Amino acid sequence: MEPERGSPQASLSDLFSILQDPKEMLIMSIQCSKKLDQAFRRLLPFSLALLLGTSGTATAASVNTTGLAVTDTTVTVGDLHSATGTMAISEIGSIQAEMLAIDQINAAGGVLGRKIEVIKEDGASDWPTFAEKARKLLVKDKVAAVFGCWTSASRKAVLPVFEKENGLLYYPTFYEGLEQSKNVIYTGQEATQQIIAGLDWMAKEKGAKTFFLIGSDYIWPRTSNKIARKHIENVLKGKVVGEEYYPLGHTNFRTLINKVKAAKPDVIYSIVVGGSNVSWFKQLKAAGITGDKANLLTISTTEDEVKGIGGENVLGFYSAMKYFQSLDNANNKAFVQAFKTKYGADSVIGDVTQAAYLGPWLWKAAVEKAGSFDVDKVAAASPGIELNTAPEGYVKVHPNHHLWSKLRIGKWKKDGQVDVIYESGLIEPNPFPEGYQ
Amino acid sequence: MSETTSAEFFATLLMQGFAGISLFSVLLLMALGLAIIFGQMGVINMAHGEFMAIGSYTTYILSVLASEQGWLDIYFPFSLIAAFIVAGVAGYLLEIVLIRHLYQRPLDTLLATWGVSLILQQIFRSVFGAREVSPELPEWIMGSVQPGEGIDIPVNGLFVLGLAGLVTAGVALMMFRSRWGLQVRATSQNRLIAGAVGIDTQQVDRITFALGCGLAGVAGAAFTTIASTGPTSGSLYIVDTFLVVVFGGAASMVGTLASAFTIGQAQSILEFLMTGSMAKVLTLVTVVGLLMMRPEGLFTAKVRR
Amino acid sequence: MTSLLEYYRRIPASWRGLLILALVLLVVFPLLMGSFRLNLVGKYLCFAYVALGLVLAWGYGGILSLGQGVFFGLGGYCMAMYLKLEASDPVSTAIQSTPGIPDFMDWNQLTELPWFWEPFHNLPFTLLAILVLPTLFAYVLSLAMFRRRVGGVYFAIITQAVALILSTLIIGQQGYTGGVNGITDLKTLEGWDIRTDAAKTVLYFVCCGLLIVCIVASQFILKSKLGLLLVAMRDKEERVRFSGYSVADLKVFVFCVAALFSAIGGALFTLQVGFMSPSFVGIVPSVEMVIFAAVGGRLSLVGAIYGCLMVNFGKTYFSEAFPELWLFLMGGLFIGIVMFFPNGMAGLFQSGGRESLKQLWRGLIHMRHHDRPSPRVDEASLDSSLEPRS
Repeated sequence: MEPERGSPQASLSDLFSILQDPKEMLIMSIQCSKKLDQAFRRLLPFSLALLLGTSGTATAASVNTTGLAVTDTTVTVGDLHSATGTMAISEIGSIQAEMLAIDQINAAGGVLGRKIEVIKEDGASDWPTFAEKARKLLVKDKVAAVFGCWTSASRKAVLPVFEKENGLLYYPTFYEGLEQSKNVIYTGQEATQQIIAGLDWMAKEKGAKTFFLIGSDYIWPRTSNKIARKHIENVLKGKVVGEEYYPLGHTNFRTLINKVKAAKPDVIYSIVVGGSNVSWFKQLKAAGITGDKANLLTISTTEDEVKGIGGENVLGFYSAMKYFQSLDNANNKAFVQAFKTKYGADSVIGDVTQAAYLGPWLWKAAVEKAGSFDVDKVAAASPGIELNTAPEGYVKVHPNHHLWSKLRIGKWKKDGQVDVIYESGLIEPNPFPEGYQ
Repeated sequence: MSETTSAEFFATLLMQGFAGISLFSVLLLMALGLAIIFGQMGVINMAHGEFMAIGSYTTYILSVLASEQGWLDIYFPFSLIAAFIVAGVAGYLLEIVLIRHLYQRPLDTLLATWGVSLILQQIFRSVFGAREVSPELPEWIMGSVQPGEGIDIPVNGLFVLGLAGLVTAGVALMMFRSRWGLQVRATSQNRLIAGAVGIDTQQVDRITFALGCGLAGVAGAAFTTIASTGPTSGSLYIVDTFLVVVFGGAASMVGTLASAFTIGQAQSILEFLMTGSMAKVLTLVTVVGLLMMRPEGLFTAKVRR
Repeated sequence: MTSLLEYYRRIPASWRGLLILALVLLVVFPLLMGSFRLNLVGKYLCFAYVALGLVLAWGYGGILSLGQGVFFGLGGYCMAMYLKLEASDPVSTAIQSTPGIPDFMDWNQLTELPWFWEPFHNLPFTLLAILVLPTLFAYVLSLAMFRRRVGGVYFAIITQAVALILSTLIIGQQGYTGGVNGITDLKTLEGWDIRTDAAKTVLYFVCCGLLIVCIVASQFILKSKLGLLLVAMRDKEERVRFSGYSVADLKVFVFCVAALFSAIGGALFTLQVGFMSPSFVGIVPSVEMVIFAAVGGRLSLVGAIYGCLMVNFGKTYFSEAFPELWLFLMGGLFIGIVMFFPNGMAGLFQSGGRESLKQLWRGLIHMRHHDRPSPRVDEASLDSSLEPRS
């Protein structure tokens, strides 16, 4: 249980040298009293913190053998998102959630007795910048972990850097799968977790047989629709009556809507991303396709997007993902409360924001299990880590570094929140699904 | 696929035709202001998209105020006027501070106005945040009319179409039937002589530029019925808008009209046949190809430059 | 020491700037910076190739291209295709349903390598393609337009449209191009790991060396009769035409040279950064590349390099320290350069600052009087850059 301490000889000779210098002694004693004070505070709140209090006395050298930015009282991590540029809209929620989690962890005593300090870097919605900043965080700042990235493109850009420099990335977005790395923990859902259960539900509840697949034109929507198509054709024995892609930022969907009308699908399956969402849903409504007449299931539209779209434009449509702000459980209520206290009462929390919130907590749990900040040890300790305090409920890290999670289906209401009308069991993450490629 | 009857086929055809027309009206609204500034004055305003965004944000602010006062049903027409005024005044100021020093140097104007667009984008971001906003619109504009079975014509499309028609008519009247229009055309043909016969060319420049920017503002306001507004949404349209104007023949109003129609219809027909990305690529390639063959555009103005 | 100075004096003045630049790039930077910073500089220098091309085409030829990203991207993609094929050998892609093809193709359900990828297995072909393909494209594009006397603003708008077309095409055809993500995870060049610090340092020197070669080549072009014609053409196109020269051919030539430089820059960028994406092809990066040249001085070859380094360092620094301010600064830079310092830093430097301050003062006065003569044809700075008095 107790991690090994530094060798007694070394600390003894250190002590002698300190004794010879009165100024050092003063500093030393102040540090000691501070540490004692911290240790005492840590003892107060939880039993978990008690555990930390004891391990917190371990010296930096013993919990960090690879030269990371860890001192006796602090540990430095990086936060790498787009605070500016086109993706800032989506990523700011993730930054906020990660900061909230880190604040909460620090307030409860930190990780292995060390306060988390954050170096924030801005990827500026530009993939090369992401790679450059990732390298800076790992090479120059020697951070113990990085929470960040949002788009697939930014993750693909930094992945070689993390593997080369042996860093650890917590990636929050639901994504296309087909990837697994020792150096990345994926806290969002991979494609099969998000798609299959949702389609099953549509087929069962609505008797859906024909589907129209729509997406923004990049890897995640395309891969997701590929999986959806295989599942519809091979498992549900249904039919895909159309599959369409539009460039990111596209604002004119009238032609697409006409195609959908001509094909008359039972379900419109939408993976439209970012600003295009607003045009897409506004024009759907203007063309008379509304929640009471048609079934629309989306895996890309969260509370964040709906804030921009307007609840009245998505009224009665369905979203399938692992988290909704309106989830009714104690963890989530506390989380929503804390988030709103920190960032304002009108802030909303979407699926990715919640997944980003899990990152620092999962890292903390893994570090404590490993008894070390070393990336190799933390990565090795990660599988099997459980979190009972997650706002989405219980999650567990799979050996493939993805999370076991549930899928929920929400029906949109006018106020921009959902009624959660379906919840699956825990779904195993499967980033390389057989039979879906 | 389910059976498609001939009536349904007809309905799709009709709605598809309308999709092309509404794309046309959007392009026309965006290009009108630019046609005046670029066509008449020869100034390249790369910040044109940002002036559209000014119009959109003005509408957004008004919608917030209106929803506080309970005037949501009626505020929208006023926001069009407000957008025109705000963007117009901003354009007027920009002309005084920057543009007038660069009339002899079109390429430098291009770079300087690009700088303006960057600054405006950052101002939008600082004031309104990075998140895209969209104003709350009156119910009547978001519905659709159904002239027949299976045919839905969106009201916002009709609205933008009507507005585009109105604005075009207004601009044409001013250009060709008013004293001011005469002065603008005179100045654009020969600045020196125009000045010599007593036209205040500086004032004409200023008003023309302001008018062009004001029209961009109106386009932006109308655009809120279709799409959301973010700090960078203006820059999404700038190239399309320029191509419409250049393709039509820079100094020709009729040309702008025709090229907006051609590009709008071509793109929406192509979109029906292939993916959105490829439709866009094909349309642009065709336009650029035609421009390389015929640099003066579809219509040439009947003036010697 | 004195003899060194003597040697320096003996160098023709026009080469002194180059000598100093070479010293800075090859000696000072490597001594002062660690491998991380040096790699950053190497990355910036790739854009300096584009800026160099723009000095020729825009500063001397009067052709403003807002689509240099296209050529940068073509060069970069050629390199990336080769590296990607090397990285996707059947062993390391065994997990795919079709091993041996790049991973993104597999994700997009391609089962065999598209025909136009095949030749990129071959390194000599790739190197040739990097040089020839973008140049050829520039040739076709510019020949059609310059023959029909499309110039100035129209050319700028059309090149911008080409940038939009190419980036949309790359994003739309992701099965063949990698889409928005670009071509990522490039590892080795002929078995040589390009991700190590040592490799990056070597690549930095290769990048500097080639850049200096390009500057020397440009210097020769400008010193020849061709350079004189270019300037003449920019200032009085009709007269050059009447003198019996083919203006179109001149323009096509200088535009092709600019495209070639950009392509080399793109290829080196791919090597140093380890991936290529459509975000370098589009409109915004293409216009940004113009400001690199403008800041350094559109008439100074060496200045373009410094301008490029300065703007990029500024971008890295400000986007870290004051992300809010960066766009304001960038926008202000565009406006300020155009309004007050049309000849950029080089103009400031050559006149010892005096000339530019005078110009600034003149500019401010003329803001009131508003009949300011075009400062583009600034005789003093033209002379000094063309035929420096030694």
